[in-house]
Amino acid sequence: MGPMTSRLMLLSGPRAWLLGGGLVAVFLVVIPALNLYLPHSSPFYLQDFWISVIGKYLCFAMLALALDLIWGYAGILSLGHGAFFGLGGYVIGMHMMRQIGDRGVYGNAELPDFMVFLNWKELPWFWFGFDQFWFAALMVFLVPGLLAFVFGWLAFRSRITGVYFSIISQAMVYAMMLAFFRNEMGFGGNNGLTDFKDILGFDLSAASTKMGLYIVSVLALVLVYLVCRWVVASKLGRVLIAVRDAESRVRFLGYSVTNAKLFVFTLSAVLAGLAGALFVPQVGIINPGEFTPAKSIEVAIWVAVGGRGTLIGAVVGAFAVNGAKTYFTGAAPEIWLFLLGGLFVVVTLLMPEGLVGLARKLWARLTGRNAKEPA
Amino acid sequence: MAMVHARTMRWTYLAHFLLAAMLLVPTISLAQESGDEQFRAAVQALSEGSFNDKAAAIDAMIALGDPRAAKVLEALGDGDLAVRKSDDAVVLIAKGGSGYRLTDPVTGEALGDVGKRDVKKITVNNKLRGQIRGQVGALALSNADPAQRLAAVEEVMKRPSDDTLALLRTARETETVAEVQAAMDAGIATLELGSDDKDLRLAAVKRLSETSDPTVKSLLERLFEVDADGNFIEPDAEVRAAAKAAADSIGNRLALLEVAKNLLFGISLGSVLLLAAIGLAITFGVMGVINMAHGEMIMLGAYTAFVVQEVFRSALPAQYFGWYVIAAIPVAFVVTGAFGAAMERSVIRFLYGRPLETLLATWGISLILQQFVRSLFGANNREVANPSWLAGAVDLGGGVSVTVSRIYIVLFCIAVVMLLAAFIRYSRFGLNVRAVTQNRAMASSMGIKTGQVDALTFALGSGIAGVAGVALSQISNVSPNLGQTYIVDSFMIVVFGGVGSLWGTIVGAFGLGIVNKFLEPLSGAILGKVVVLIIIILFIQKRPRGLFALRGRAAEA
Repeated sequence: MGPMTSRLMLLSGPRAWLLGGGLVAVFLVVIPALNLYLPHSSPFYLQDFWISVIGKYLCFAMLALALDLIWGYAGILSLGHGAFFGLGGYVIGMHMMRQIGDRGVYGNAELPDFMVFLNWKELPWFWFGFDQFWFAALMVFLVPGLLAFVFGWLAFRSRITGVYFSIISQAMVYAMMLAFFRNEMGFGGNNGLTDFKDILGFDLSAASTKMGLYIVSVLALVLVYLVCRWVVASKLGRVLIAVRDAESRVRFLGYSVTNAKLFVFTLSAVLAGLAGALFVPQVGIINPGEFTPAKSIEVAIWVAVGGRGTLIGAVVGAFAVNGAKTYFTGAAPEIWLFLLGGLFVVVTLLMPEGLVGLARKLWARLTGRNAKEPA
Repeated sequence: MAMVHARTMRWTYLAHFLLAAMLLVPTISLAQESGDEQFRAAVQALSEGSFNDKAAAIDAMIALGDPRAAKVLEALGDGDLAVRKSDDAVVLIAKGGSGYRLTDPVTGEALGDVGKRDVKKITVNNKLRGQIRGQVGALALSNADPAQRLAAVEEVMKRPSDDTLALLRTARETETVAEVQAAMDAGIATLELGSDDKDLRLAAVKRLSETSDPTVKSLLERLFEVDADGNFIEPDAEVRAAAKAAADSIGNRLALLEVAKNLLFGISLGSVLLLAAIGLAITFGVMGVINMAHGEMIMLGAYTAFVVQEVFRSALPAQYFGWYVIAAIPVAFVVTGAFGAAMERSVIRFLYGRPLETLLATWGISLILQQFVRSLFGANNREVANPSWLAGAVDLGGGVSVTVSRIYIVLFCIAVVMLLAAFIRYSRFGLNVRAVTQNRAMASSMGIKTGQVDALTFALGSGIAGVAGVALSQISNVSPNLGQTYIVDSFMIVVFGGVGSLWGTIVGAFGLGIVNKFLEPLSGAILGKVVVLIIIILFIQKRPRGLFALRGRAAEA
């Protein structure tokens, strides 16, 4: 760990680390404390509901980081990242489904309710092993990773780039959605997987479990951020940025563009899968709706709003857009789509560097210096 | 059996009706009075005596030839005919109120509600029920409506009894509609297969070999199967051979019909997809711009058709209503073209050279347009009615029929594509468009105003999407999500066909449509679509730039 930590120190500088540490402290200490130690009458008391909501945002932030890693740094705009997010969610959902055991509506210890309902007699082969947590946890990484590896290999090998890749990835998630809507697929069809009871023995409806999942999500986000930081700062990261800016030239210089892209795409899918796996226990349901192309495109706007090509921007964007979504879909649902649509237009036209870019410019103006360009 | 559709039946039906009306008009009023009396007596007879008496009463009622008999007899068979205890009158009963709701079987008048104890059901046994079924079948076979007669043939063939053959033969003699005749012939031949006369069976097999009905095929196949004792079901070798040949020829015809049907439906789907995708192909090809709001242009076109329809309905006399679709086409072109031009001038032109950002910005516009339409017209489907010349279906025989609107869409699609191709090929503007597509910088230095070309191309592409929307409004629901249904397919077609190639788009659309329809019966509609998407993803491996890729320097743009 030693050399790596020092390299990480180098690439962001002590001030950024202070800021980052402060943020982590807010999420790890201040927010839980507002929920746990304040009396319910206090105006600063944070309801349990909000812990789940922030936990959800944390998962979205991980997904945004995963997309920013490939879009911001390698120029690959995937419009199908919801596929990996959803798959991670389905994998953990399958585990929790098996954990229900005979507490389901039909009381069948072996089969989940929807299979009993469809009159299935035995568990399909691909459901085997999911009663074990370690197996499911492994699959959270393997399933999205494998899909991304195969898909990426096919795409990058034949040099599908730019908008072509975007459209093909959108078609992929669309095809997944159609497939998962089918009852015959064995993933609960339309309704997906739901009615989960517990995870690792902890009751999912208990406030303490929600807090636990929240803490795990914070730690996972920090981990994902550090992994992305590390990739971006490595030599590979430099190659990726070069690929983004002049792909042919990098290829002529003798680098294997295909391998670099494939690695980072697969890594990104694995991180998205992790985000999905943490997301599903907190919302209590996973269905094919996660695979709608619109949801995957929305991730791109989180990244763009925050500022693509800056990892912290992805996190900021995910929180900002989803916060606004939560507020407006509650307060004025009919104007939310206008706002979201407008956001797409305004951000791409007027703030190509997003909120983080804006903040940097402001900071530069305030301090009277040119903003230091970080790596 | 072939379904009977409004259009094919209309003329024959009308002819029958006129003929019947001419013959009946002078006599009908005179006959009405005495007919009612007779019929009431026959109905009353159903309630009296033993089962044998009732059987005679049923026959007597049939002999009257009254059209009301079918309903009464069916009610009798279902136990819905009863005697009112207060005056012994026979009434139709249906559950309602606290007990039964009564209806007069002769006049059809409502007679009010009574308690369950106030009526006594007329009892029937199974033998009577069998008789009623046969008789009702005979009645239905002489119904004035050919569709009803056709249904009756199917009905009696489901449960043939001893006298069904005679029944069908009698009905066949007076039948005039070709389709019903064919159904009756098939039924008669099917029943004759069970006769003891070898020549009759042979003749029946020969006649059955002309049909294209899968149930007849399996019937024939059963003849050369072996029963439990090792004997053939059909004792005669000659008839067996004929049956085998007949089953084979039906099988071939069915397979051919299936291919023809898939091809036809594939072309229909392909033309819909082509209409949706061709505008996209233009903007994508010329400007390299991914217009995610293209689907919403289609949606706006469909809503324009709705608005034009409403205007026609409220402002013009009813006889002009059928023209609203024609009127909607130019209106939709102008409306969506203007939207497209506005979009290009206000947003897209600032994003040239940044295709991914364009994609996101146009997606944003699509969300705004969807919500805009939802706020204006409501979230629910809006009904766009088919004018009469677009309604109905054409029966192509062998159980294949196509709606008239789909045929017009295929023709319309061909017309749009040809016009567009001619426009791009021969007009001054088309020349400019092709120049900009091939080499933007060179075209610009030759004095072509590329900005203007861009705006107009975008307007053209959007306008065609709007026109496509008018066409789609005739076959699908008009809702704010209409465009979303087509957007992924449209993109796949453009990518598959090759960017900037009109030919590629055409081949892509029809190829995708036909492949989709051939896969559907194998794997179901949804999985078929998934398979097609996977095929395209794999295809792009071989031809990353599509089927008809631009070659040379233009490909690097």
